[in-house]
Amino acid sequence: MTPSPGRKVGRIEDAISGVLRTGVSTSLVLISAGTLITFVRGGYGGRGPEVARLIGPGGSFPRTASWFFGGLLHLDGQAVIVAGLLLLVVTPVTRVAVSLVAFAAERDRTYVSITALVLLLLLLSFALGNAG
Amino acid sequence: MTPFAFTAIVLGISYAAGLLGSLVGVGGGIIVVPALTLLMGVSIKKAIAASIISVIATSSGAAASYVSEGIANMRLGMVLEVGTVAGALCGAYLAEFVSGRWLFLTFSVVLAYTAWSMLRPRGHRIDPARDAMADRLGLHSSYFDRSLGREVSYRVSRTGLGLAVSYVAGVSSGLLGIGGGVLKIPVMNVAMGIPIKACTATSNFMIGVTAAASAAVYLMRGEVLPFVAAPVAVGVLLGARLGARLLGGMRGQAIRLIFVAVLAASALQMLLKGLG
Repeated sequence: MTPSPGRKVGRIEDAISGVLRTGVSTSLVLISAGTLITFVRGGYGGRGPEVARLIGPGGSFPRTASWFFGGLLHLDGQAVIVAGLLLLVVTPVTRVAVSLVAFAAERDRTYVSITALVLLLLLLSFALGNAG
Repeated sequence: MTPFAFTAIVLGISYAAGLLGSLVGVGGGIIVVPALTLLMGVSIKKAIAASIISVIATSSGAAASYVSEGIANMRLGMVLEVGTVAGALCGAYLAEFVSGRWLFLTFSVVLAYTAWSMLRPRGHRIDPARDAMADRLGLHSSYFDRSLGREVSYRVSRTGLGLAVSYVAGVSSGLLGIGGGVLKIPVMNVAMGIPIKACTATSNFMIGVTAAASAAVYLMRGEVLPFVAAPVAVGVLLGARLGARLLGGMRGQAIRLIFVAVLAASALQMLLKGLG
């Protein structure tokens, strides 16, 4: 094996590792901060029946864009948690996008096609989730 | 129970699940879903939705380490992700129409079979076959094993079978909120001829992308409750970080035995839940 492709592979690995670390760490901070804010403001209430309501099958979480962005503006704990959860979902997608760029830089046509197909399927799933 | 106590207990359970999950290449969902439903009284759909979020966390957290250590086979991961992501799409869509009872029963059987296949001695690994697809895609690879102190190189066979199994693993991930490592790893190890550490690392590498596909669907449906998902995600993340640090120094056989114990316990849990 020649040293040149080895170095390139190393760079891809570093970039991918960096994307995963940054995304995961940032979402960890957001989710923890959101939970703390919610508790400090007493957002979950303090009694048993409250917990039953919070974890039951009926509960559907408000998920409109206006609630989310409005909540972020007021530093609502729940909106901050949702921001962290969203970041967690987007992180692996970003990893695939970075791989696509890396394979393109290597002029590896086979892997550009394979990676583009995976990315397409991911975007499709986000669109399907939106529709449902 | 107060909301604070619930959060603290779920955080502890999730930490343990994340630790074990990253050691064996499962997303932790296999432990998180029974724990949330059986111990904490969370409804099954909300538990699955919280779990699929945590699966992303485990996988991405551990994968960052595997990738930089060079244990994960990124090309193989990319190829098999075509199968897992397509499967996850179908699984998350199906989730609305399949009853929980049947899912529990089916996967109890799948888990028991997987535990049995992992208990077979290593010598019984299926003979490697010439695989033109693996040659063309450049899937053969090697990694440095810290506990053996040497480079381990391997050749990949039966890529087509691996893709088919990856699709099934993706469907189960979308349906059950698990990573699907339990289905992929035995086939990657026994039939494709990949060493167990490379299987675990590559599986973890793929699971984040697989879970992201189904997590998006659950998130948009409003099934992901922050009250449940937040402690699960944080606990699993922290546990997985410790697991990733331990994995490089552990012997393959120890990981295998822990894995089998987890599978057997999960199979029993799911059987009881399906019959009950």
